Amino acid sequence: MNLIRMKGVNKQYKNGVTAIYDLDLTIEKGDFVFIIGSTGCGKSTLIKMLYREEKPTSGKIIVGGLDVAKLRNGKVYKLRRKLGVVFQDFKLLSKLTVYENVAFALEVFGLPKSEIHEKVLKVLDLVGLKNKAKHYPTELSGGEQQRVAIARAIVNGPKLLICDEPTGNLDEATSMEIMKVLEEINKLGTTIIMVTHDTNIVSLMKKRVILLDAGRILKDYEKGTYTHEGI
Amino acid sequence: MRAFRVLSRNIRDSFKSVFRNFSLSLASISCIAITLIVVAVAIILTYNVNNFATLVEKDVTIVAFLDVDITEEETKMVEEEIKKLDNIENYVYRSKTDITEEMMDSSDIFGSIMSEWKEEENPLQATFQVKVIDIDTIGDIANQIKGINHVDVVKYGEGMVEQLVSVFDSIKNVSLIVVIALILVTAFLISNTIKITIFSRRREIEIMRLVGASNINIKIPFILEGLVLGIIGSILPVVITIYGYVAIYNKFGGKLFTQIIQLIKPEPFIYLVAIALVTIGMIVGMFGSWRAVKKHLKI
Ligand SMILES: Nc1ncnc2c1ncn2[C@@H]1O[C@H](COP(=O)(O)OP(=O)(O)O)[C@@H](O)[C@H]1O
Ligand SMILES: [Mg+2]
Repeated sequence: MNLIRMKGVNKQYKNGVTAIYDLDLTIEKGDFVFIIGSTGCGKSTLIKMLYREEKPTSGKIIVGGLDVAKLRNGKVYKLRRKLGVVFQDFKLLSKLTVYENVAFALEVFGLPKSEIHEKVLKVLDLVGLKNKAKHYPTELSGGEQQRVAIARAIVNGPKLLICDEPTGNLDEATSMEIMKVLEEINKLGTTIIMVTHDTNIVSLMKKRVILLDAGRILKDYEKGTYTHEGI
Repeated sequence: MRAFRVLSRNIRDSFKSVFRNFSLSLASISCIAITLIVVAVAIILTYNVNNFATLVEKDVTIVAFLDVDITEEETKMVEEEIKKLDNIENYVYRSKTDITEEMMDSSDIFGSIMSEWKEEENPLQATFQVKVIDIDTIGDIANQIKGINHVDVVKYGEGMVEQLVSVFDSIKNVSLIVVIALILVTAFLISNTIKITIFSRRREIEIMRLVGASNINIKIPFILEGLVLGIIGSILPVVITIYGYVAIYNKFGGKLFTQIIQLIKPEPFIYLVAIALVTIGMIVGMFGSWRAVKKHLKI
């Protein structure tokens, strides 16, 4: 079954810039998909529409059975509970510890403390940061901070994890660590969509790759068919 | 249960936030406190004025002194005229003899002097004591009585009561205007405080939205913060009201200026005023934060 279905999607920003043109895309449950393309080609815009940070100007977008294009502002949280998002700049709260940052995502639902505790420790273990639970983000390396952000994004057990250049601020070795974590999460059944312009990573991972150009899909590489080229 | 946990977390966060931006919160809290003190004064004045106005109205009497040499027929005519007046509750006629006897009873000295008087020499004047229904009409009625033939002078508390009522009435009106102005300023200040809180917590709000907190869930902490400011701001006014009013009441023995002005008993009056103050503080606080949230927390 398709987790994501986009049909005839257009996105024009208020300033008149059209970022996405008549785009069709389907993504299967459990997939790992890269979205690549040059700066300003519309990668972020595309995924922002998936987590309903932006609304499409026209077209149909279904994510996990929710009609995202028609979702009212007051109902966006229902979508957000089904997915996790990770950014280049981590977006951690510096006044909270690693544990509290991850727990934050569960506290807003009012889960009982014991349940929060259990889930947070489990996910910190998954990203290899159990021993840093009491540290503050500023005491961590970039790679560790990104793993905290990933932990926060998946602690709620979402079906979909969206990453916008999660390795953009990290060196090559650290980026590969992050990719390992993401691959692990994908193996546990979470669909992953990752925007990047690091073609090395993309080549190494051998996943489905969607190449965007000026708001259109230029090429859709099947799993393992992408080789260094194109951008 | 889940809603309860979310709410208790929100309340905790609101208190935290108030103390995190304490200098800012302090401005709002002081403003609420000042407003509520004025509100308290206004409420206490209003109720006391209404109270003694009703007390006074019950006992407001015009005394019409008749000419010394008035005849019995002429007295009947005056009585007929008084009967015709609107807005009077009742009237009592007291003849020279009544008054003389009363005075002689009241003092031995008077008694010995007055017992010597002959009827023609008696300098006292017969009176009609007229009770009016509504204190506001007392001046008019007194004038009408004064216009009646054979009425010499008219007295009715020399206007003191009326003046007092009207002075307190204008204080009441002025304080009402001041209260409204202060409430607006306070609401604005709270709104501004919450606005700054919203901006200082932009990142937190962004993340809350990202991880799927509902809009209400995101907004409630800020609304609650206004509520908390309102409650904290009402503490001082409540204390001042309770202790201040009791102190004034005890100092004057419940009477102010004259015997006729009876202060309202402190209990349960002050507690009702205290409840009113806290309620107003809460409403103003929530209104201010609600405005800030509506304007600056677009989600
Ligand atoms: N909020 C916005 N308002 C107006 N234009 C925007 C906005 N966000 C992005 N754009 C424009 O849309 C185009 C695509 O941007 P984006 O999706 O961020 O590209 P990418 O992530 O691939 O670098 C760019 O031309 C960019 O300037
Ligand atoms: Mg981008």
